Amino acid sequence: MTTGAARSRRGFIAAAGWALLALALPVAAQQTLSVSAASSLGEAMRAVSARFEAAHPGVRVRLNLGASGLLVQQVVHGAPVDVFVSADPEALQRAVDAGVIAADSRRDIARNSLVLVVPATGGRADVRALVDLTGPTVRRVAIGKPASVPAGRYAMQVLDAAGLSAQVQPRLVFGDNVRQVLDYVARGEVDAGFVYRSDAAMMPERVRTVGVLGGHSPVVYPAAVVSASRQQPLAREFVAYLLSPEAQALLVRHGFSAP
Amino acid sequence: MPLLPLLRDFDAAPLALTLRVAVFATAIALLLGVALGWLFARTRLPGRSVLEALCMLPLVLPPTVLGYGLLVVMGRRGVVGAWLHEHFDYSVIFHWHGAVLASALVALPLVLKGASTAFAQVDRTLEDAARTLNQSALSVFLRVTLPLAWPGILAGTLLAFARAMGEFGASLMVAGSIPGQTQTAAMAVYDAVQAGRDDVAALLALAISALSVAILLLSNRLLAPQPPVR
Repeated sequence: MTTGAARSRRGFIAAAGWALLALALPVAAQQTLSVSAASSLGEAMRAVSARFEAAHPGVRVRLNLGASGLLVQQVVHGAPVDVFVSADPEALQRAVDAGVIAADSRRDIARNSLVLVVPATGGRADVRALVDLTGPTVRRVAIGKPASVPAGRYAMQVLDAAGLSAQVQPRLVFGDNVRQVLDYVARGEVDAGFVYRSDAAMMPERVRTVGVLGGHSPVVYPAAVVSASRQQPLAREFVAYLLSPEAQALLVRHGFSAP
Repeated sequence: MPLLPLLRDFDAAPLALTLRVAVFATAIALLLGVALGWLFARTRLPGRSVLEALCMLPLVLPPTVLGYGLLVVMGRRGVVGAWLHEHFDYSVIFHWHGAVLASALVALPLVLKGASTAFAQVDRTLEDAARTLNQSALSVFLRVTLPLAWPGILAGTLLAFARAMGEFGASLMVAGSIPGQTQTAAMAVYDAVQAGRDDVAALLALAISALSVAILLLSNRLLAPQPPVR
């Protein structure tokens, strides 16, 4: 009985070893393109990547989504990224200044607008315009962290331009990325939030758009190839593909506008 | 690196908040952990093992699961959160109390395990002896059981304090990272790295490390010279 148990245990260990080995080995003859993209591009980039993969057999696109500021940090510190798509020219410029971006590969691929959203149902605060954020019914307003989330930086510009930042500041709650801001609003944890039009379009039944905002620098999404990428031609092809009519149509369908 | 201006602008608020959160969270975990530890070690409560497993869960779960759970339960639309908001106009979301709650939950299993093991190892004959000396149940607990179990409870509590100081994921999801209000040292490091302020992050990391070493030294001091158990 003990020998039987020992044999089956040995069999189990062998099987586990083979399984581990299989997991560790890269899938043969596949090329993986790592694309770091701003959180707000999430669904659009997934759709675009799927089309790109379909048009390039053997190529797999690995998406890494996050706040543009965080993505820059990752690239600057040597993360193995091939293409970087930022929600903010300034964030991309930081990467260019750090010498990690092939500057000539930079292309603007889309535009977006900043909107003010409120919970679609159950919101207690009365927010019909930007100025209402200073009203007595508003407790919490969510924005992205201005230092790392472009949508948060744009939101601060909007509040500054409207002369409201001093009054709204104590009510601000900071999201890690624009999607977290959207989530806070959708759950009703905050009374209002600043997100992109494309984000608000994802949850029409959970968030209501109060209005499109002005007073901030244009929301442009630049894409560029990382200089340390070992797949320069493929990375450049991906950036070019983002400007193709096919990819542009997908971006528009997800609430972005043409560059 | 311009160290002097960096030191001058150094914001100690996240460190102070971290200590405040850890102290409150550990206090809650200590009270609950001792009570539950005694319950699990000394009583034949039905469903005891399931309850104990549930209490140990925060130790095993990813912090994000705990954070999500707290958001769902304590959020403005959660069962408990909606009630609190309705009746007391109070919410732990985006409040440092939320960080205390999250930290207390992750710290609880450490106190609980230490306490229940310690209670199980206390010599029952000593308690019986105290009872023959006409001591009340509470008196036996306070004067015999608790002092004998104390080293185990203290060890668990110090671990709990360390864990509470380092809590990040669940607290971030529940309390947010609002500078000066809910931003603990762990969150301040995270924000500084995201914003590319490596100098601030490094200084904070040094400060946290120094603080942690101080606490560890203190705890060794507290734990080391134990009177021999007679």
